[in-house]
Amino acid sequence: MDLAEKGSRPLHWFAFLTAAATLVLLGIGGLVTSHGAGMAVPDWPTTYGYNMFFFPFSYWMGGIFYEHSHRLVATLVGVLVVALTRWLGGRPSRLPLAIIGGLELLAGLALGALGPNWRGAGHFLAGIGGVVLLAAAVWARNAPAPRPLPLLGWVAFFGVQIQGLLGGLRVVLFQDEIGIFHATLAQLFFLLLCLVVLLTSRWWRTLAAALSTVGGGPSSRLSWWMLAATALILFQLMIGATMRHQHAGLAIPDFPLAYGKLWPAMDADSVAAYNQQRLEVTALNPITAFQIGLQMTHRLVALLILVAVGVCAAKAWRLARRSGRAQGAVATNRPVQSLARISLVWFDLILVQALLGAATIWSNKAADLATAHVIFGALSLALGGIVTVISFKLPAPAQAGLPVLEPGGRQGWNATANAMSQPFSSRPLPSGAASHTS
Amino acid sequence: MKRHLALAAVTALASAFAATAGDVVGTITLKGTPPKEKDITPLKEDPNCGKLHTAMPTTKFYVVGAKGELADVVVSLEGISGKSTGASAKPVVMDQKNCIYVPQILAVQTGQKLVVKNSDPVLHNVHSVPTVAGNPEDNKAQMPGGADLTFSFPKAEEFIKFKCDVHPWMFAWVSVFDHPYFAVSGADGTFKIANVPPGKYTLKANHRKAGVVTQEIEVKDGAPTTVALSLDAK
Repeated sequence: MDLAEKGSRPLHWFAFLTAAATLVLLGIGGLVTSHGAGMAVPDWPTTYGYNMFFFPFSYWMGGIFYEHSHRLVATLVGVLVVALTRWLGGRPSRLPLAIIGGLELLAGLALGALGPNWRGAGHFLAGIGGVVLLAAAVWARNAPAPRPLPLLGWVAFFGVQIQGLLGGLRVVLFQDEIGIFHATLAQLFFLLLCLVVLLTSRWWRTLAAALSTVGGGPSSRLSWWMLAATALILFQLMIGATMRHQHAGLAIPDFPLAYGKLWPAMDADSVAAYNQQRLEVTALNPITAFQIGLQMTHRLVALLILVAVGVCAAKAWRLARRSGRAQGAVATNRPVQSLARISLVWFDLILVQALLGAATIWSNKAADLATAHVIFGALSLALGGIVTVISFKLPAPAQAGLPVLEPGGRQGWNATANAMSQPFSSRPLPSGAASHTS
Repeated sequence: MKRHLALAAVTALASAFAATAGDVVGTITLKGTPPKEKDITPLKEDPNCGKLHTAMPTTKFYVVGAKGELADVVVSLEGISGKSTGASAKPVVMDQKNCIYVPQILAVQTGQKLVVKNSDPVLHNVHSVPTVAGNPEDNKAQMPGGADLTFSFPKAEEFIKFKCDVHPWMFAWVSVFDHPYFAVSGADGTFKIANVPPGKYTLKANHRKAGVVTQEIEVKDGAPTTVALSLDAK
């Protein structure tokens, strides 16, 4: 293990920690919406007039518990992302961080001076500026991570601040639309961090090193299938976010039928009747025809995703089998095999997600199930992003073979890379391949 | 002297007008069997609010008497607008008792004050969610024993939702009219709209779940107009 290898491992685990914290944050965000608690704290960035870090625990009741926890964990994720940006960017990131942090600090102080109405926002901005300045001032003189990681770090840096701002504006501007955007951006933000985790992993570096001698090639059709399926999942998550942030509960209370039919009536009289017939225990908005249409679209897109991811998994397995046969019965192609395995996990996730969607309806939108549906949605998108990136990295099957890998990490990869410079038919089998597959 | 004369004339005119106005009184009944109300389990399970209830609280969508008398119906005159006296009208009070809004159905005029009290030992947020442009959404914190909150709406709108996001089972509905000719039926199903100028009107009764029923009425000089309305259980 060389020094670079040693140094990158903590970065990888730190990225993993940041992504995990973000998933927790996403889950708490899901609980906030599932419990209808998004406005349980009427002020921002203060909490019932208190500095959010000193809000008495005795007041953490009902919906406040979820909303206030969401704000605190969001702050933690913000700090982690600033540190990650600094780590990924290395020494060159210090100056921009110092400038941005200084500007935010000054802007925060200026806002605070405008009057009591702006003091909270001023403190919030100044606090962020302070953290960013700290990241710029106190750190080792590390080298930047390989491209595009520093860039991804900066995207995360700005993304987390925009997310914080959107969350706050949702509260003070009373705009559900901001909540929808906030929820969708959260999913994309989690995907971004998962990609950082992938790109900082030893597995990825090994793959990149091995493939560097092969060079890029035309992507297989599988890559495009995976990209399309992932885009479909993102679209589905946007629909889901819209449904959740309209605070109308279940627009259709039954599944697999819809109001007892394959396609529900959506005329004004029918919608009025639906609203009159449902007895809400919590304060829900009335159902509209748009929301019924949206839920039907959500169901249909779910079916499409199930098919698309199923096709992806099947194609990935076929590719893995084919590449194994092409390189001899005992040869192992780890990236392709891994892609096939991850694709299967992806498909399993989608199955669980579909089941959770149905259970959410059958339970009359129980908060824990609805939140699990949000979390599994995020994981489905993230895994879709990961398999897509991996599939685009791999050469197309039409190229002169795929990398044959040995267990043992970098050495095995290097041997593979050397082997791949020879014509496919004359490549030697890696020495460890037989034992690996036996 | 001239001022006194003018004042006397206005008073005389107003008296003459009041003398000719009539009341619209009536009863509202529910036909059919309403659905069973739901248990508010989250309220009973809440560590702070639950202990304020000895029995399981239930929703109160259909408040119906033994003979079908239906409460919480908002009754109003149609086709009469721009006559709000809300700015000078007595404020309407809504309280938060045992983590439930009391009453849950109210009606006010545009510009009239709606005062929200907190009689609970727990904090609430009072979140109004109007949908008509010009009626601003608002969300205010109210600590236990905190000062009363005041809300007011400039535009007419039926059933503006009020809710507490801390305790999501808490909600109430406030209808806003730009005239004073409305009422909310009581527990005995009766209502009274006072001092209605003579004329022909459409009387509208609107219930959150049972829907709307209308009836043409005529108010004659000084005489009370009696109506009987019925709504169907959904």
